[in-house]
Amino acid sequence: MGKFYDLLMQDVRFVEGLNACMNCGVCTAICPAAEIYKYDPRQICDIVQSRNEEKIKELLLTDTIWYCGQCMSCKARCPRGNTPGLIISVLRKISQETGLFTNSEKGRQQFAIKRTVGENILNTGYCVHIDIVNPKLHPEQGPVWKWYYENKEEIADRLGANYNKDGSGALRKIPQQNLDEVKKIFEVTGGLDLFNKIEKYSESAAKSMNIYFEKEGINNEYFFQTYMENSGKHEN
Amino acid sequence: MEEITKKYWKDYQKEIADDNFYYERSCIRQSFFPGSEAAFLKILREILGKNVIDDPNQHTCTGIGYHSDIVPFDTTMTVVARIFSLMKDHGVNNFIPSCVTSFGIFNEVVETWNHFPEEYEKTKHFLKQATGRDFEIPQNISHASDIIYKYRKELKEKMPYRLVNRHTGKPLRVVEHIGCHYSKLFAKKSEGGMEFSKVLVGMIEEWGGEVVDYPERRHCCGFGFRQYIVMANRGYSVANTKKKFESMQPYKPDFIVANCPGCAMFMDRWQYTIAEMEGTTYDDNKMGIPVLTYEEMAGFLLGFNPWDLGLQLHQVQVEPLLDKIGIPYDPKDKYVGKSGNFLGEPEKPENLITVYGK
Ligand code: SF4
Ligand code: SF4
Ligand code: SF4
Repeated sequence: MGKFYDLLMQDVRFVEGLNACMNCGVCTAICPAAEIYKYDPRQICDIVQSRNEEKIKELLLTDTIWYCGQCMSCKARCPRGNTPGLIISVLRKISQETGLFTNSEKGRQQFAIKRTVGENILNTGYCVHIDIVNPKLHPEQGPVWKWYYENKEEIADRLGANYNKDGSGALRKIPQQNLDEVKKIFEVTGGLDLFNKIEKYSESAAKSMNIYFEKEGINNEYFFQTYMENSGKHEN
Repeated sequence: MEEITKKYWKDYQKEIADDNFYYERSCIRQSFFPGSEAAFLKILREILGKNVIDDPNQHTCTGIGYHSDIVPFDTTMTVVARIFSLMKDHGVNNFIPSCVTSFGIFNEVVETWNHFPEEYEKTKHFLKQATGRDFEIPQNISHASDIIYKYRKELKEKMPYRLVNRHTGKPLRVVEHIGCHYSKLFAKKSEGGMEFSKVLVGMIEEWGGEVVDYPERRHCCGFGFRQYIVMANRGYSVANTKKKFESMQPYKPDFIVANCPGCAMFMDRWQYTIAEMEGTTYDDNKMGIPVLTYEEMAGFLLGFNPWDLGLQLHQVQVEPLLDKIGIPYDPKDKYVGKSGNFLGEPEKPENLITVYGK
């Protein structure tokens, strides 16, 4: 067996997600990503099932595996009980662990996600929080959101929240001991390792692309490159 | 044959616990609809008399990070185990996630532990090593909406209003969106399965409304995790929502109710975006179709003040709907904060019509 297929097989989700795909294409018919992007979950199953190392490597290198929206509609419909969405997750994990993700535009976006959602989890205990949905980065949120964002404590607390304060309630400040334990979990289980790999490979990608990179935060060119770059070549 | 049919449906009947809950808040719902979580707790505690723990120590399940693939599965499983361990500290064992994404996460993790005992052992070891903690798998995991569904009849008795157009006497036409991860991951975790999920249908019909069936009813709202989080990908998200709106438009729904806080937010905001980008709305009055959370729907039927529920946080305005049902509201109270001060009004969009400060 080959290197990449072995890596796939080590993940329990791959074992769970693929049992003798019969190539019927039902998943592709229902898949919202296939409708929009040059993407075909049936083909992904076919490739990994073939164990063709070259083709699997190709998947890890290119935009394809990053198109899935993880809706899991495929799981609900596959007559064989397969979950292409889970197989995608495993391929994405290997692409990040091997650094291959920085070869594609959509793959490089993992850096932007790590610097926003990833940092937020460790620093605040929330994966999404009102404070990071800045109307400047989210024009689609509209003027009501802007009004709420500018008056967040007044409004959220009127609605029963406990914005950024001690005690229970929505949007409370999560006590530090919890954040420390969550961070320790990330350390022990490989979560921090993955973060560090995303950082390391992104930094060298920035270097080879000659784009300004900073070790922290989102105020640097590489962040905005990965957050906003769209070659327009992805859609059907 | 009848026996087989009965047995088949039994598979899709879900056990929903009835007391002593641990409420796992949702990062998205807390941020976008904090009033919905407050209303849920008020309904459970004050109207239904239930014991619900609202633990200040709880935290993210990592769900959004997991499905955008920056958090490994081992990490997610162990973070989930820590939350279960917090629940154990409180001596209750019925778990209620407020978020559809976390409902999916908790179920995926527990199913994995059930099918692969070595993963369970590994997680126990990881949690012990990282935090010194132990945990137990909850006896019952029900989404917050499952509880409201279970008590829909009791709640109806306390409701002064119905989902009925007071001008015509006809039931309101309601689009329900249960959210992908509520039923597509594990159809049997949803009463009625994926196609015939009863969770929202049960509430709507019990409270006087009529459910709209339309071709793209089970299509994703378009969140797509990385497809929204990263700005460059948002075209995916809006295109999916648009597909749903185009499909429901001919049925002229009075409003949409969503199980998942993410879906409620996206279906509201993308209507604004589409209206501003191309001038299109999916109702006859250029105001959009109001999108509610199920807590908001239950809350205003129970007579809660719409502006304490947070209905002013929706971009598509809800007053036309409140007027149809006959729910009173004070326009002057809409933009008032906790301190009692008027906070000013949001700016007006160019195309989407609003009734700000009426
Ligand atoms: S639906 Fe299932 S069996 Fe059919 S192509 Fe997709 S994964 Fe394979
Ligand atoms: S999970 Fe991914 S592959 Fe499966 S239907 Fe959704 S977008 Fe398509
Ligand atoms: S936002 Fe909608 S599509 Fe997304 S996870 Fe929630 S339910 Fe599923």
